[in-house]
Amino acid sequence: MNTTPVPVPAHALGPNNDVPSFGWGIGRNIKLGFRRIRYEVLTYFRQGDSVFFTFLFPVVMLTIFAVAFSEQNFGTEEEPLTAAAFYLPGMIAAGLLLSGLQNMAIDIAMERSDGTLKRLAGTPLPVISYFIGKIGQVFVTGVLQAALVIAVAAFAFDVELPDEPSKWLTFSWVFVLGVTTSAVLGIALSGLPRSGKSATAVVIPVALVLQFISGVYLSFSMLPEWLQTFASIFPLKWMAQGMREVFLPASFEILEQTETWNLPGVAIATGLWLVVGLIITRLTFRWIRKDS
Amino acid sequence: MNITDPVVQVENLRKTYGSFSAVDSVSFDIQRGETFALLGPNGAGKSTTIEILEGYRDRTSGSARVLGIDPGKGGLAWKARLGIVLQSSGESGNVSVREQLTQFAGYYPNPRNVDEVIAAVGLEAKAGTLLRKLSGGQRRRVDVALGIIGRPELLFLDEPTTGFDPEARQQFWQLIRSLKADGTTILLTTHYLDEAAQLGDRAGVIAGGTMIDIGAIDEIGGADARIPIVRWRDGAVRHEKRTHTPGALVASLMADNAEPAGLEIVRPSLEDIYLQLVSDHARARDEEYTR
Repeated sequence: MNTTPVPVPAHALGPNNDVPSFGWGIGRNIKLGFRRIRYEVLTYFRQGDSVFFTFLFPVVMLTIFAVAFSEQNFGTEEEPLTAAAFYLPGMIAAGLLLSGLQNMAIDIAMERSDGTLKRLAGTPLPVISYFIGKIGQVFVTGVLQAALVIAVAAFAFDVELPDEPSKWLTFSWVFVLGVTTSAVLGIALSGLPRSGKSATAVVIPVALVLQFISGVYLSFSMLPEWLQTFASIFPLKWMAQGMREVFLPASFEILEQTETWNLPGVAIATGLWLVVGLIITRLTFRWIRKDS
Repeated sequence: MNITDPVVQVENLRKTYGSFSAVDSVSFDIQRGETFALLGPNGAGKSTTIEILEGYRDRTSGSARVLGIDPGKGGLAWKARLGIVLQSSGESGNVSVREQLTQFAGYYPNPRNVDEVIAAVGLEAKAGTLLRKLSGGQRRRVDVALGIIGRPELLFLDEPTTGFDPEARQQFWQLIRSLKADGTTILLTTHYLDEAAQLGDRAGVIAGGTMIDIGAIDEIGGADARIPIVRWRDGAVRHEKRTHTPGALVASLMADNAEPAGLEIVRPSLEDIYLQLVSDHARARDEEYTR
């Protein structure tokens, strides 16, 4: 064999001269996770279509319902309720689903088919940092989205917001638990579509059906008992219920399936789905499909 | 791993999909600091081989070591020592060249300077441009930049200059030469044989999943394949003769008659030798098949 010997500079020697300041542990994973969050948020807002279809969608729907049913009273004669006030909790819950599940499932399926994940797989980026980036992006966009929906409801449609701190405490934990569960389920679901192109076709109908049966567009109390029970299997019904506790008057509690807001149920059902999502992700997520 | 150990060691590598073997008993080594060109027609098994070494695919059998580690089991510390330029991909590209390189530089323990890398691939004027607004050739240069940002010991280049104009290719060659001077080991696949000749120290030719020849760039195909060819015309008749002494042949032609028409002396290029190897292999295969 004919090979030319080449002088080897120090940096090209093996792993024994790794830069000491560079750890491979959990600190690095988190640091890179935060780098990813910035990058993900930046690219999310530069992508025109996702901003419209997932970020602004709840605001658009809230506005349509508020305007279309502006003459109707959704409360009682003694305690009237506008359409905007009635739909606000559902739209916030829908936002959680769209920013998390729908956005993640499509986004990651696209990244798998366009080569983004393959490129990342060839770098020393830990998978966990990539997930931190994705979940962080969902969290940031979800917060902004909820803030926008609430602001539009309050300022454009005069919806009275709760003033008890306990309601906002409930809002906070339902929101954080909901957005995390939704994001993790989105990551878990991203393995389902075989290609980026089919991702929208697979994911959007799932999300849409869930929204219809979970009390987002249709009043949950109007649905037949069996459909209510069926919808209770899925987390969106519970997120919407938690948000109704926060934003609807106490007199609406009686309309819930168990005639209570059932916040423990919200925590348990959503938390269970979070665990399910984490397990599926742990078992199924691969940077690339080997040998495809 | 010892400094004198090969950076890449492949022995009897095999990859089958059902009854089809994409790669069959391929063996080669790449020494530290060497540039090895893997050549072959489309579908010959080049990319499968390179993707096994990058850790993207599992092998069916045989052994492979990359930087002393089994690529099927390489962890993050191993990946930090590699640079990978895949065949072109269609990522959405909503980040600027500088943002992308800065992001990726952060993944590596000892990255190169972002601005220096941007300059090295000749994209200074486009540093602030979103990737999706770049031309195909410019995006390819970003791919190369991402491959070298981590200061890799071993760089995989899978058809790196597809879509480059001649000037960009010359610039790219210059960049690869400077990486070689830094001691980077390079595994290159390309369809441009002049590129392999310019950059490679050694080459292997893969066809039908097997390595049909391997050797130094100026020795591959054997000495006979390099015998100069003299061509000329005698009226309507074309002549072609291979000889070690083309000058003497031309002199004798001149002695016989006047200036020969269409006189050419050709030293077979790597491309000529490569095409000969591949067509010989295909013919041998067909004969074996019909027998």
